[in-house]
Amino acid sequence: MPDATGLELTAHELRDHSAESILGTDFQRGRAVLLAAPDHITDVLAALMGKGYTFLASLHGVDYYPEEPRLGVLYELLDMHEVDRITVKIRVGIDDPRVPTATGLFPGAEFPEREVYDMFGVVFDGHPDLRRILMPEDFEGFPQRRDFPVGGEPVLFTFNEEQSYGKWQ
Amino acid sequence: MEVKREVLGPAHPEQPGQAPADFRARQLLARDMLRGDLEGEALERFVEQSIMTTTLEKAVSWSQGNSLYPMTFGLACCAIEMMSIVGARMDIARFGWEAFRASPRQADLLILSGRVSVKMAPVIRRIYDQMLEPRWAISMGACCSSMGVFNNYALVPSDKFMPIDVHVPGCPPRPEALMHGILRLRSKIHGHSPDGWRERYDAVGTEEVLPAGEADGTREAAINIFPGGDTAGA
Repeated sequence: MPDATGLELTAHELRDHSAESILGTDFQRGRAVLLAAPDHITDVLAALMGKGYTFLASLHGVDYYPEEPRLGVLYELLDMHEVDRITVKIRVGIDDPRVPTATGLFPGAEFPEREVYDMFGVVFDGHPDLRRILMPEDFEGFPQRRDFPVGGEPVLFTFNEEQSYGKWQ
Repeated sequence: MEVKREVLGPAHPEQPGQAPADFRARQLLARDMLRGDLEGEALERFVEQSIMTTTLEKAVSWSQGNSLYPMTFGLACCAIEMMSIVGARMDIARFGWEAFRASPRQADLLILSGRVSVKMAPVIRRIYDQMLEPRWAISMGACCSSMGVFNNYALVPSDKFMPIDVHVPGCPPRPEALMHGILRLRSKIHGHSPDGWRERYDAVGTEEVLPAGEADGTREAAINIFPGGDTAGA
């Protein structure tokens, strides 16, 4: 991990490149987080890649309901020479969640981005094959959003078997 | 049924390595019968000793219940418990159930061992439909019967899409519990005429019929997204 000072230095370097790309930093419990602007995420990732963070360890989504903007996409990057990790976080609103894809930089981001699309409905612009990956193709809604009902079928037991379809002997 | 218990020992102490004398006598009697030498009262007695009468349905049910071929099909952690019943400790070979078949065409029992997701349900239903009648299904574990701890958007209870004959509760059920379920299914088969599941559960006439043109292939089925002969999606 870069320490708190190292995180600020990295943020300054990225701001020198493009002033509006970094919205803020966060350093908690030894984890360095860069809050980036969704439109500049490709530039930020490319700059960090040039600094040695060449491995995308994880890409995942979060729903911060009821905070706004609700959805978050987190990129966990790893520098395998320095054994150094950094998190890049972007936040997008629920109405039109669009994020540029990271598949151009990290080809391995294809399946994680499909999963984030499947579970949270974040659309990755430029993704080569943005389909659902876990849920059925005809599934409606994005089940990991906090306002999605937990659902589940009513279970038939002996006491309510009369309400069942069909006949049971 | 009368159970006769004896201390095991040499079959005939005075003639080691030889069959008992009455066995030899029956053997000679059978030989005489086949030669046509047995007549009158001796023949009557021989037939009475050798023949058991029953109905064909009962005999067929008896043999079906004692030689079920389960499908090799595991869904989740319950499958580990299912695998252990073929092992030496539980050993369902005692009941003639041990031959797990790798093809639904050769199997007549489907043990749903684990959670069934919405995406997996049509696959399971297809496997069940591919099996030959008479066929049976066991729903093993809490997830498969009532979705257990995974009662959410992703799962579906197995009763909703196929007929289940025996539910085995537990999370996961111990192999003994599955053995008990299997024996319950066996007694169910023994007491039943060898019908298909639609006769068993009063569901005759609920067959799903393909729309016109889909059955004979003149219309492309909605589920088949690739044209015939195209193996790109395989």
